[in-house]
Formats: sequence, C-alpha cells, structure tokens
Amino acid sequence: MQHATYMFVLLGCIIGSGWLEFILRTRVYRRVIRLSLSVLPVVVIYVLWDAYAIARGHWTFDSRFITNIDVVLNVPLDEVAFFVVIPICAILTLEGVRSSRPQWLIGDEES
Amino acid sequence: MTYTQIGIMSIVIAALLDMYVLRTRLVQRKAFWYSYLIIFFFQLISNGVLTGLGIVQYDGAAIIGETSPTNRAPTFIGHGRLCFAPVEDLMFGFSLILLTMSLWVFWGRRGVQRTPMAGPPRPEVHKMLRYKP
Repeated sequence: MQHATYMFVLLGCIIGSGWLEFILRTRVYRRVIRLSLSVLPVVVIYVLWDAYAIARGHWTFDSRFITNIDVVLNVPLDEVAFFVVIPICAILTLEGVRSSRPQWLIGDEES
Repeated sequence: MTYTQIGIMSIVIAALLDMYVLRTRLVQRKAFWYSYLIIFFFQLISNGVLTGLGIVQYDGAAIIGETSPTNRAPTFIGHGRLCFAPVEDLMFGFSLILLTMSLWVFWGRRGVQRTPMAGPPRPEVHKMLRYKP
C-alpha cells in the first residue's frame, strides 16, 4: 500500500476538486474533447521537463512511496498522472470561479 | 540549467504564450488570478505532503535551497522553501496552470466545446458564494 502514497495524494486532488463539477456545475468532465486538447500538450511538455530534471538529478523519488512503473524516459507513472490530474484541477477551479462570478470574463464567451 | 533557471524560463514562456501566441490574455484577467490564489493554497498542501514526506527529494545544486535531507522532513519555511517544497515548485506550478488554462480558453474560443458553459451553481450554495444570478 505504501507504494500508492503518491497516487493517493493525486486521488485527494481529484476528490477535492471533483465536487465542483456537481455543486458549481463546471461541466469540465463533460467537455472531454476540449479537456483532452488542453491537457495532452501540457503532459507532453512537462514530462519532457521531468525527464530532463530526472536525468540531471534535479529531483529524485523515494521508491517506497511510488508505483515504480516507468512510463517513458525514466519518468514514473505517478508523475505522468500528476501532469494529467493537476491541469484538470486547474481547469475545474477556473470554471468554478466562472460559475460563481460569470461577470469576470475569461475570454471564450460568446461575443 | 538549474531548476531555478528552468522555473523562471517556464513562467516567461507561459506568459508569452498566453499574451501573444494563444492570445488568451489570462494574466490580465481577475478570474485567472482568483483561480490561481485558490490553486496556490491547495498546492501548498498537496505539494507539502509530497515534499514533507520525502516522496520527492531535491538536489541542492539545482535549487536555491539545500538538498532534501534523507532522514527527516526539509525546512518548513525558509532556506528557499515554503511548506517543505522548494520555491521553484511554485514557478513550476504557476507555468503549468497558466499554460493549461490558456489552452482551455484557446480551444473554447475556437469553438471546441465552448458549450455547455459552466454554471450556475446549485441554488443551495448561492448564499454561501454570494452569487447573484
């Protein structure tokens, strides 16, 4: 179970932001094409940054707390999941703010 | 390059993309900064767990602060750290969320699932949010 520690932190982020979809009706998960087009480029760029940082030894992971599944370029699955989960949380937050304060325009409104 | 250098560079690139390439100009919008403030708070918590437990450890040669200790939690505040995490993580997080949100707005403006739009919040929370329909 200890190997799931990092993943549990991410699960906490998904649960912690997930209620916005229901209570503030953010409709982010419902727009999965737009969500994917926004998140996937970020995953690619930040996985490359991660791979560089890991190769240069900028940061390391305690193998007791991660899944130890390498996805690509020595980047662990946990990190790839991070780059999917955190952008989703960010978009949910932005749309949650929009839901609460529709007068604060974010730039994609009907002109 | 060090983590500090890449972190600063990532903020500049994300801001340039937002302003001049994707032209979403989120850095000029109240909704963005309000969202960032909320995310900043939750980043301190989630990242604090990752760094405080030592799940992720940093090399002092790459950051302003010192190498993460192996037998205890890093400094909570100070020595280039905030809530256990190196301040570079805040640069990393800022560019990560700015780029993500910028792409999200970019696609929406291009007509990719612009609708259904968010909101309104469920009636039960209107008072708590001071939401005015």
